[in-house]
Amino acid sequence: MASSRMPTAEKSALSPMRDDAVLQLPLPPQLLQRGRCPFDPPEALDRMRAQSAVSPVMLRNGRTAWVVTGFDQARAVLSDPRFSADRLRHGSLLSDVSDELRKQLLDERLRAGSFISMDPPEHSRYRKLVTGAFTVRRMRQLTPRIAEIVTEHIDAMLATGTSADLVSAFALPVPSLVICELLGVPYTARREFQHRSAMILRLDTPIEDFLRLRQQLRQFMQHLVAHKRSEPGDDLLSELVHSDAEPALTDDELVSIANLLLIAGHETTANMLALGIFALLEHPDQLHTLRADPSLINGAVEELLRYLSIVHIGLTRVALEPVTISGHEIPAGATVLISVPETNRDPQHWSNPGCLDLTRPRRPHLAFGHGVHQCLGQQLARVEMTVGFTQLLQRLPGLRLAIPSQDVPLRSDMLIFGVHALPVRWDDLRLPR
Amino acid sequence: MNIHVDPTVCIGAGHCALRAPAVFDQSQHDGTVIVLDTQPDTEHQADVQAAVELCPSGAIWVSFAP
Ligand code: HEM
Ligand code: SF4
Repeated sequence: MASSRMPTAEKSALSPMRDDAVLQLPLPPQLLQRGRCPFDPPEALDRMRAQSAVSPVMLRNGRTAWVVTGFDQARAVLSDPRFSADRLRHGSLLSDVSDELRKQLLDERLRAGSFISMDPPEHSRYRKLVTGAFTVRRMRQLTPRIAEIVTEHIDAMLATGTSADLVSAFALPVPSLVICELLGVPYTARREFQHRSAMILRLDTPIEDFLRLRQQLRQFMQHLVAHKRSEPGDDLLSELVHSDAEPALTDDELVSIANLLLIAGHETTANMLALGIFALLEHPDQLHTLRADPSLINGAVEELLRYLSIVHIGLTRVALEPVTISGHEIPAGATVLISVPETNRDPQHWSNPGCLDLTRPRRPHLAFGHGVHQCLGQQLARVEMTVGFTQLLQRLPGLRLAIPSQDVPLRSDMLIFGVHALPVRWDDLRLPR
Repeated sequence: MNIHVDPTVCIGAGHCALRAPAVFDQSQHDGTVIVLDTQPDTEHQADVQAAVELCPSGAIWVSFAP
């Protein structure tokens, strides 16, 4: 999700032509500040939704954006072709950025293949090329290997004692290794991309740094594409390099596709795993329910996705022509921000939406988006979470936080919400009881 | 119950195959929807309905023969 620069920013472009501008929508700070509970969206957004499902908001640069907080309105926007996902080209996001930076950001060669910010029909072509590798059936075939990876990481945690940082010991490495194996990226090279993709997903990375990081990630992937061309392996990247797509995929396209999958494939699930465990530990009754009946796991994963809504700033679209939603006329060129956390707590759709209830009947939610861009990797993420949560709860008895919950460092500064670290403890199984 | 699909708008998100595996599968090639059973028994009705509701692209719909 690197190329989709979703909104917000502390350092906004207040004065034009500032080259330390960031690629985020300059939202007012009260729309970014969480209240006391780390899992609840900003109260200002709740208040907005109580008034209207669609609300205009004055940005810090004086422009207006429309924030969608209603579930039905969000689904309507996300499935309406009059809204474009190409926020850099169509929106006003870059209007305060210098010409030089804008030129680099809009460089067609570098954007080719990055289908998360394309509209149909370009989007459809790329999406269909990769979807075959992410079907429910393919994910079922991958499940035993994912279970093995999860087991190995928990073994390693158990071997080192009775405490660990769940993020660095489990939540980050597991999905990283999974997506590396699937794509054919050597896991030993993870330092090459983990740090860079983390920097790209910060809300305050200046555009110049973003461009440099993007270039480094591309060079890394370019080498790998060349390697797969001469020595194909049994992996998705080799499949794409040697696919019979018409016209053939260029190296630029292959590099963008692979980086999109690599970044989207590990940052997101990693945060769901760690934040999900944090949420369960903070809701002992729910944790108990799930421990008592592990068959609840599928519904539990959906409820955690809804409740945590880690794409917390939201999804951005740009109106290509004037559109009226819920009585608000959105002019052509305007930016629309769909607040995933708010739409997933719309009281018209859920009873007690602010409450984590793992036994809630399953309904569609927006944690993976909606419409043509709905998450490609969602079935993979579901398997990783199902297996990951199940084994963590089974094999780490007495799992608990090792620090006070208010000291857990939250990722409020990142595009994807979660925790930077989660120090945990568990009971020592080696001691005779 | 008659199942209709439009693979040209399907984005391969797989809700259908996950929810009603007796009725839907996905193409190995491009992940788009395949109907295994165009007139499934009523026991599958709830799952099919759930798939229709979950499908993000509107690729599935159901009609009922008179
Ligand atoms: C729990 C984990 C995940 C969450 C919450 C999540 C969330 C999302 C969301 C909300 C979107 C829609 C973006 C938009 O409409 O602008 C999206 C798209 C996408 N996701 Fe995920 N994702 C997750 C895991 C993954 C994984 C494991 C992959 C692995 C490859 C992945 C790959 C993608 C790709 C490629 C897209 C772009 C799809 C398109 O534009 O057609 N995601 N994801
Ligand atoms: S749920 Fe809809 S979009 Fe997803 S595979 Fe089935 S038909 Fe296609």
